[in-house]
Amino acid sequence: MARNKEGLVLVLDVGLSMHAVLPEVEKVCSMLIQKKLVYNKYDEVGVVVFGTAETKNDLTVEVGGYENVMVLRGIKVVDGDLVEALHQLPRGTVHGDFLDAIVVGMDMIIKMYGTTNKGKKRICLITNAVTPTKDPYEGTKEDQVKTVAAQMITHGMKMDSIIIRTKQDRELDKDVVEENDFLLSVFPNNSSKVYVESATSLLGALRTRNISPVTIYRGDLELNSDIKIKVWVYKKTSEEKFPSLKKYSDKAPPTDKFATHEIKVDYEYKSTGDSSRVVPPEQRIKGYRYGPQVIPISSAEWDAVKFKPEKGVKLLGFTDASNIMRHYYMKDVNIFIADPGNTKAILAVSALARAMKEMNKVAIVRCVWRQGQANVVVGVLTPNVSEKASTPDSFYFNVLPFAEDVREFQFPSLSKLPSSMQPNEKQQEAADKFVEMLDLAPTGREEVLQPNLTPNPVLERYYRSLELKSKDPNAAVPPLDETLRKITEPDAELLSENRAVIEEFRRFFEVKENPKLKKSSRRREKPSGSNEEREGIGAVGEAMDAIEYTSKIKVEEIGASNPVHDFEAMISRRDGPQWVSKAIQSMKDKISNLVENSSQGDTYQKALDCLVALRKACILEQEPKQFNDFLLHLLKLCQKRELKSFSEYLASHEMTLISKNEAPESDILENEARTLIVKDEPKAEQGP
Amino acid sequence: MDIDPDDIFRDDEDPDNEFYQEKDATKELLVYLVDASPKMFSTTCTSEEEKDVTHFQVAVRSIAQSLKTQIINRSYDEVAICFFNTSEKKNLQDSNGVYVFNVPEREDLDRPTARLVKEFDCIEETFSKRIGSKYGILSASRDNSLYNALWAAQALLRKGSAKTADKRILLFTNEDDPFGNIKGVTKMDMMRTTLQRAKDTQDLGISIELLPLSRPGEDFNISTFYADLLGLEGNELAEFKALVEERLGDMKDQLRKRMFRKRKVRSIYFIIASGVTIVLNTYALVRPTNPGAITWLDSVTNLPIKAERSFFCSDTGALLQKPPKLFQTYKNENIMFSVDELSEIKRVSTGHLRLLGFKSLSCLKDYHNLRPATFVFPSDEELVGSTCTFIALHRSMLRLKRFALAFYGSPTNPHLVALVAQDEIVSASGQVEPPGMHMIYLPYSDDIRPIEELHSDTNRATEDQIKSASSLMKRVDLKNFSVCQFANPALQRHYAVLQALALDEDEMPDIKDETIPDEEGMARPGVVKAFEEFKLSVYGENYEQENELMDTGKTSEASKKRKAVAEHATKEYANYDWSDLADNGKLKELTVAELKIYLSVHNLTVTGKKEALISRILTHMGK
Repeated sequence: MARNKEGLVLVLDVGLSMHAVLPEVEKVCSMLIQKKLVYNKYDEVGVVVFGTAETKNDLTVEVGGYENVMVLRGIKVVDGDLVEALHQLPRGTVHGDFLDAIVVGMDMIIKMYGTTNKGKKRICLITNAVTPTKDPYEGTKEDQVKTVAAQMITHGMKMDSIIIRTKQDRELDKDVVEENDFLLSVFPNNSSKVYVESATSLLGALRTRNISPVTIYRGDLELNSDIKIKVWVYKKTSEEKFPSLKKYSDKAPPTDKFATHEIKVDYEYKSTGDSSRVVPPEQRIKGYRYGPQVIPISSAEWDAVKFKPEKGVKLLGFTDASNIMRHYYMKDVNIFIADPGNTKAILAVSALARAMKEMNKVAIVRCVWRQGQANVVVGVLTPNVSEKASTPDSFYFNVLPFAEDVREFQFPSLSKLPSSMQPNEKQQEAADKFVEMLDLAPTGREEVLQPNLTPNPVLERYYRSLELKSKDPNAAVPPLDETLRKITEPDAELLSENRAVIEEFRRFFEVKENPKLKKSSRRREKPSGSNEEREGIGAVGEAMDAIEYTSKIKVEEIGASNPVHDFEAMISRRDGPQWVSKAIQSMKDKISNLVENSSQGDTYQKALDCLVALRKACILEQEPKQFNDFLLHLLKLCQKRELKSFSEYLASHEMTLISKNEAPESDILENEARTLIVKDEPKAEQGP
Repeated sequence: MDIDPDDIFRDDEDPDNEFYQEKDATKELLVYLVDASPKMFSTTCTSEEEKDVTHFQVAVRSIAQSLKTQIINRSYDEVAICFFNTSEKKNLQDSNGVYVFNVPEREDLDRPTARLVKEFDCIEETFSKRIGSKYGILSASRDNSLYNALWAAQALLRKGSAKTADKRILLFTNEDDPFGNIKGVTKMDMMRTTLQRAKDTQDLGISIELLPLSRPGEDFNISTFYADLLGLEGNELAEFKALVEERLGDMKDQLRKRMFRKRKVRSIYFIIASGVTIVLNTYALVRPTNPGAITWLDSVTNLPIKAERSFFCSDTGALLQKPPKLFQTYKNENIMFSVDELSEIKRVSTGHLRLLGFKSLSCLKDYHNLRPATFVFPSDEELVGSTCTFIALHRSMLRLKRFALAFYGSPTNPHLVALVAQDEIVSASGQVEPPGMHMIYLPYSDDIRPIEELHSDTNRATEDQIKSASSLMKRVDLKNFSVCQFANPALQRHYAVLQALALDEDEMPDIKDETIPDEEGMARPGVVKAFEEFKLSVYGENYEQENELMDTGKTSEASKKRKAVAEHATKEYANYDWSDLADNGKLKELTVAELKIYLSVHNLTVTGKKEALISRILTHMGK
């Protein structure tokens, strides 16, 4: 298992200019460690931060220099503490020197592994590289970087750099930025370098899970019976699936420390005619459906008659790229790369790819990846001419459908639809402008939501929830945060920039409910506990006019599944002043409900969460009295109803009244707020 | 336990089934109503081969083909085949001129069976003998075969409720004026009753569709009679196009396309901007067809068996009810998730399609793909104005060469998608590409692998080499390549074998594999020359030698090592008297490395514990 163990040093810039993005850096780094904890728990990781006032590293002791670089953690097997530590990165107070930090990171790796563990050593640098690096004692900066790079190559180290540049950053100090970019480009070939602009891209830029690539085919690409190009085929895209969780058994006694809690599945086969008779597994025979009949056939018979193509990849011919439409791509994508040891093959692939690109052609190939595979795949090779000098040209391979896979449904021509459905000139103009202005890939700026830099929000949310639950088994699923919402919802900034265009579009296109359609026949989505589900469905009218292009959802009451979320959504509704008080009131009811209906404290956690949310909102909304009165009322209620355990629960979680310090309108003093709740007798009379 | 069939057709991954299986709430009940009048036999259209083909043959062949598709793809649908204007009669009502074609062990309206497919395949030969053709609308006897046919079809479709089944009659004819040779009151009367019959049928929730066949110059005049029968008005009438084609292939194509009923997967809301939400219907135009799941049978009785699953606690062995909680081991702890929590995690957005913005088509790379695309087309059924908005966006996107980026928040697998506008493409044989948008599922960064970075190489082809590749491409050009021109040889083979087995045939059918490269074309002198030039330009004179060199000289580290081990083993092998060691039970005194010498010389597996190795050696010696 140690064979695939990776040694990684995270080199993180926490200097002054990085503060704005540090929350995202924390998230992406802890995600990296979390995935390692799940998939590669023997990997070893160290953390170096730079830009701190403090200095703490071996090199400064040994040779001096290397100030403002702090080793947060030596290289160690990943554990929960590391996740914790990365969640709370220090905020530096000076500008750091990324070259110094890289050298420190490199030194750690060399000291730890020496020349062993080849190819599995990696430095990951996250910085904005906008501040100058120090001049070396001798030689130029470039020479220094070259020495460092040479060291990396001899020790078989890789470096992945993520450089965060917002638009403002770039204008800061052009010379410094250019110099830094140049220095970073000196690093060796096998290092990747990604520039990101937004927080969302940052989350996607760091490869959080290492999957060692495996070829699915090595062999010939036969152009004809005579010419064969040696190629390797890998998967280029492959969906990272939601982790499959194991089923939990609670049968093992709690004292059994070695219990696996796993569940075994057993199958029993029973004849449909006589359900009491068990058929032993070896007495089964496979049957295939053909119309209403099921035709039994044994594996041996089937092997004798089934389709058995020979392994190999054969060229069928070339065709115009326009003959293959994008939507016929069937599956995840493979990549064909020439055998790396075969120069002639590399040239052949390069020649074909470049010619294909020039002439706008694609190749159609027939593939059987493995001997014994019972089907063939027909697909298309499209050229992937390398933009970087260091990587070879290659082909992307997409599977195409067979005749049986295509359904030729006929649809009316759009231009022949009745004139009432045709947009008029003005409408078309508005649509043109709309499509033109809502541009996600404007020239000179980062393309928003590039697939390469966009993380999967579901997986992000899962791992965050996993971390929360590891600390508190009852933790609720966290809501999607702002950064991830940028993936599922349109960017508020883009919308406000184009407010006029959108407004015009809306004016020109009126969508109305069809009056002829009966209510009963209207589609209804499955009812679900969450209020989110209300949006847009149930009442179509609501979907049409009420959906704001904000991240908030129009919540009208507080549901049971996620009251905090609903409450926050409700209180931040800005389409009427009544919502604040309505939200506070509903939340109060909800909390009282939770407390009153609890049995042995099972809802206390939820109630506490709600209280915390309410408290925060009351401070924000300058409504401290509302909260204080309610809390006192709640405590009284607890006394009356023999729910003292709840007041203790609150006290143990340091729930206090809102003091004057927090909200000027409160008339509770700081010390009063603290003492109030611990006492058995709440001083209700003293309250406002 | 292998409850899951070792499905040979699926590759290593298992696609989430929900996505690939279309949810068909309703099954289809279909009656093919074929006019068999002498006119169907006398009118011909020229086929590409020398022989002319009659309209009757065109209709019958299309039906035969569609039966074959159906038995593979939608075997739960039920069909009946009914001829009218026949000399023989066979139907429940015992009406004249109507013949319901069937085979034994099958109801008249039933799922297609292997036998039906087979016998219908030779209907062209047997028709005149068994059924015969004859005009059935006669003024003298007041016989009305069209009326009778509709009546028979409606009776066949009495089965099943209109709510759960989709009932259709497909009418094939080349006679636009069935009552043309009758005059006066009789004609009026017959037309009236026939129209009434058709209307009654439609009122029962049965749709009648007409597939008119006609020749150029002799237009099928829909308004003479059939417009009334089908209840077409205004726009619909104008849109209705008769199948007028010179070429047989085209006509068959059109019939095939029209015989399919569009099935939508679901309707979704597309939120374009605040206040503008439209409804789109989604269709699965391209989905892999698999040979169907394996049904396990009891080999003694050949009856299907059902698997019963039971859960055991692996610690205590106690039998469990379906466990509600799931867990993931994390930081050496079991972290529990309830099913509700997991679905909450997956619900990152409401179940709609939400527009995020637009990008240039060049941003959509070839590797931005995970699964087959879904086609979307607007519907005004629920929200009026959807289509208009859609058309406007569709046009703008085509003109500006942009695609829309949207988030599709389906509850099971939410994804970023690209909506690519597709303009309609029409050829002589009808619509080739329908107009609308294709929803392409985009990968996330977690799904993309940086393979290119693993290979570093700076070699690039020279201009000359590229040029020779270009001329090769001009030579080996598939001019009219269409993505779906090949039948899946594995699938064809699968069903041909099943059909043969189902009919107890001894001979296994031979299926032509259309995906084999065109040897003949590749052997044309011009093509061969282009290949030679390419080879010369890239590989130089010594292609064969160099390739051999590659094979032998450039073997990988691992294989060198393997070779060394093998050589070492062969050398050492003779130093031991293996059979003696085995007989005296002294094998266990050897080291594992020594045992491996024997194993590797005899090409046996060298893995496992020492005991395993010893027992493997003993088995091999036959001791």
